[in-house]
Amino acid sequence: MALTPDDIRRIQHLARLELQPHESEHMLTRINGFFAIVEAMQAVDTAGIEPLAHPVAAFQDVQLRLREDVASETDQREANQRSAPAVERGLFLVPKVIE
Amino acid sequence: MSALHDLSVAALAGRLKAREVSAVEVAQHFLARGGAHAGLGAFLATDPEVTLAQARAADARIAAGEAAPLLGVPVAHKDIFVTRDFPTTAGSKMLEGYRSPFDATVVRKLAEAGMVTLGKLNCDEFAMGSSNENSAYGPVKNPWDTSRIPGGSSGGSAVAVAARLAPAATGTDTGGSIRQPASFCGITGIKPTYGRASRYGMIAYASSLDQAGPMARSAEDCALLLSALCGPDPDRDSTSLDVPSEDFTRALGGSLEGLRIGVPKEFFGEGLADDVRAAIEAALQQYEKLGARRVEVSLPRTELSIPVYYIIAPAEASSNLSRFDGVKFGHRAKQYTDLLDMYRKTRAEGFGEEVKQRIMVGTYVLSHGYYDAYYLQAQKVRRMIADDFRRAFTECDVIAGPAAPTVAWKLGEHGNDPLADYLADIFTLPASLAGLPGMCLPCGFGAGGMPVGLQLIGNWFQEGRLLNAAHAFQQATDFHLQQPEGVQ
Repeated sequence: MALTPDDIRRIQHLARLELQPHESEHMLTRINGFFAIVEAMQAVDTAGIEPLAHPVAAFQDVQLRLREDVASETDQREANQRSAPAVERGLFLVPKVIE
Repeated sequence: MSALHDLSVAALAGRLKAREVSAVEVAQHFLARGGAHAGLGAFLATDPEVTLAQARAADARIAAGEAAPLLGVPVAHKDIFVTRDFPTTAGSKMLEGYRSPFDATVVRKLAEAGMVTLGKLNCDEFAMGSSNENSAYGPVKNPWDTSRIPGGSSGGSAVAVAARLAPAATGTDTGGSIRQPASFCGITGIKPTYGRASRYGMIAYASSLDQAGPMARSAEDCALLLSALCGPDPDRDSTSLDVPSEDFTRALGGSLEGLRIGVPKEFFGEGLADDVRAAIEAALQQYEKLGARRVEVSLPRTELSIPVYYIIAPAEASSNLSRFDGVKFGHRAKQYTDLLDMYRKTRAEGFGEEVKQRIMVGTYVLSHGYYDAYYLQAQKVRRMIADDFRRAFTECDVIAGPAAPTVAWKLGEHGNDPLADYLADIFTLPASLAGLPGMCLPCGFGAGGMPVGLQLIGNWFQEGRLLNAAHAFQQATDFHLQQPEGVQ
């Protein structure tokens, strides 16, 4: 099943990625080239097979932990904001979103 | 006496401990050597002041009588690990000039062990690539033939070690990014079982696959570093396993008598180049001489690992890379009309072509109506691939085969065809999908005098057995001691 230019437009919106028309066209060709090899995977009969997320779970039980809900870090705001493109009074600045 | 850059990690540590040389002298030597070979493109950032301050601290620890096994030995980090004292780019324009407020756990652990950081190493952008040509900061050149790629994504790490610009380096392996460049550059590297090394501070590409590991010139050196960098990180990485690190050097020196080496027939099909096949065959014969027994095994879904990996990894990447939106860190577009436009333009300008493609594929396979057909189906086949390994390991102790179908190809040879790179990942992807430990060690030379690597795959948590098998091979052969002629 091949993707269409409409699919590319929809995905680039979901991915918040601006592509120029020539890039979209090129991307479509490359992605469809890739999906040609995905057909073999789709043809596999996986009835009754559980999906595997943590690979070691194929070998032994793996419990994903939650740590205690307590503050473990000191205030690092200044260090954390040092690489931000725009900061004012300790806040990250973004373009106006509410009129 | 050998030059400092010709010494192994173990030998350097010995000379430091005996106070025959200081950590500062060692660091200065490697900094000068790195500068002299800057043309290889291995380093993205160095800072002699930081390096020498770390070396002085190591010398103070040595003077105080401390005897940690890596104290004062230099290391360089793949630029995918965040570091407080050096910039971190992940090979992307998106993070140009970025400084992390903290160190990755792996970086911290090696620093605590007394290793001195030489700098940050080039890699494919966000670790997405097999040739290092996807770095925004230019390709890295293979020291065995500078017209060829070093492999990827840990290409800078492999080159730094192969050219002896660092005695050891860190790498990360998502689908083969330690093993394949190790193979192409004639060095040794190991990726531990998924979950043994912390992912905290390793800029995430595909979270269910990413693993850190050492790259060095021998299995013994890898064992030293692996012992220091593994271990649980329960508060920082939810997928980190509660498995204590080991002193992996204790596994070395064991006999290979009766070791069953599984040779998967699917790794020796038509796609395998004759020169690589010959070197691997000779290595297997060497193992038989060392007392190992060869058993044929089957990994029937080897080919399927390509689509499975290239669905799962981009899906996870599309989610992980959503954090790069121009708000909290990294690049922000100069001109935009509103918030949405800022996101789109920032990401269009900051990401390279391959990263954009993987984000697009990942977004598509996770989108409404496609999730079950692609991502979930890939995760199911992933379990079948892991089950194939479980079955194989009832018949053998380690699995051996090539790490890549060919030797390193020429820069630009795959042109603008990412599929050619994807297909060349075929032998490293299966162990990644199953979360198994895998390593690569030099075992011969192929076309153009280029190194060929032997891949060893172990059962879950059997890193010690792998390292022992590699060490025994290196005690009987000298492929790991060969040096590229062009780099004196």
